[in-house]
Amino acid sequence: MGMAVAHAQASGMGGMRTAGDLVARLQLSKKMRIGQAKKYVADKLGVSVVELSDPIIMSEVRADNGFGIMMPLGKVPKGLECKFNIARKLDLDINCLNRFKARAGLA
Amino acid sequence: MSNIVTRMGDGSMLEMSEKELREDIEAGIEEAVDKGGVPPLNQDEIEYLVELFKRKERIVGVEMGNEVILTYDAATLKIKRHSLFEDRVNSLAIYERLLGADTTELCHVDYSYKMLKPIVSYEAGTLEQALSVTHAPMFYGAMPNLGLYTQPDGPFPNPMELLPQGKIKEGRAAYDEMVASAVEDIVFIAESMWEAGADGINLDTVGASGDPDFKASLLAVEKLTAKYPDMAIEMGMAGEFVLGMHGEMYHEGQRLAGLYPTEQLKLAEKAGVAVFGPVVNTNNTESTPWNLARTIALIKPCSEAATIPVHANMGMGVGAVPVTDYPPVDIVSRVSKAMVELCRLDGL
Repeated sequence: MGMAVAHAQASGMGGMRTAGDLVARLQLSKKMRIGQAKKYVADKLGVSVVELSDPIIMSEVRADNGFGIMMPLGKVPKGLECKFNIARKLDLDINCLNRFKARAGLA
Repeated sequence: MSNIVTRMGDGSMLEMSEKELREDIEAGIEEAVDKGGVPPLNQDEIEYLVELFKRKERIVGVEMGNEVILTYDAATLKIKRHSLFEDRVNSLAIYERLLGADTTELCHVDYSYKMLKPIVSYEAGTLEQALSVTHAPMFYGAMPNLGLYTQPDGPFPNPMELLPQGKIKEGRAAYDEMVASAVEDIVFIAESMWEAGADGINLDTVGASGDPDFKASLLAVEKLTAKYPDMAIEMGMAGEFVLGMHGEMYHEGQRLAGLYPTEQLKLAEKAGVAVFGPVVNTNNTESTPWNLARTIALIKPCSEAATIPVHANMGMGVGAVPVTDYPPVDIVSRVSKAMVELCRLDGL
């Protein structure tokens, strides 16, 4: 665990603190390399590539778009609700959302 | 004058002069060139490493804008390993909301595909619960682990007992049966987890049982991506070259025994892998500068040749991280920075 934290501080994008989870989705769903994935997300969100790793800017972008924040207290999107917003904004298919829609009769 | 403080491959502290530092870096590169058939690092890259190890700061990091994506093998297992009896769904939420993880991975404490078959419905249910309350992309992961397929743990004769008796043909036949059985298990579990909603499937520690282990993984990836073209599969390797336990196992006309990261990557890419995780094992009797230079020389050509994201394995004992349960932050942060910036990695 200590090692994971050290890597995150030295080299990691920061996950939900920033746009790390969003960029990761492009690597998985479209096999994009890091530069291409960052540019895709930055263009969709209207921020620069460097700003993607800035928790100050990205926490505002995430809150504005309902992408999920680190301290999700009352009256903010959480979990699956956020994934709907992420899929729509980034024009992505998210596997569990498709399963959810099919099972809930929303597909 | 010995004024550079670094560490050995086992994590113990070490002082070196700049001359000794340069000698270790050059020796590490030479070892990679000799064994792996890769090009040497250039002078700029050597100077980068010298300056990195001369720095006095306890923690260093990549330049702003160079940050990469982190994937985690056996994530929930690492919470349990600390005797923290946290529910796995909560464990994953802790990863993303306290540790800032870019991705998460649900896994079972018995981290092998074979062992998951009797409990797959429980695992799928837990995955669905975890996916509904978290935000980051979530893998389901386990190891091919062909070691579990031999008697008395599994159904097949043990090639490690047959081969010393000179029963080469019988040993190889056993490996062939183990491969077919492992492919069936990996595909069964991966399909179940994909249909439960996973964002990706992780095949971790591939090649731990040598070329049959790698062969089973490649075949499983081919089957899975043929049926589910959108399935994202990460393949993390076990070692820097594939052990020839069978010795005559081929895939796509390529002999698997002895393959180094770049050739491993090419087969993984062709099979349909979305994220490839190369490994270089840490030598604990050499210094970290030696290990890091050797690791970069072996993995840089792999990253350059890739068309898919490359997440180098940087856990304890691999990727120049010392072989210890308590990797010091001074070394982890240095090897993390250098691997990302010199190998131009997409993630760790």
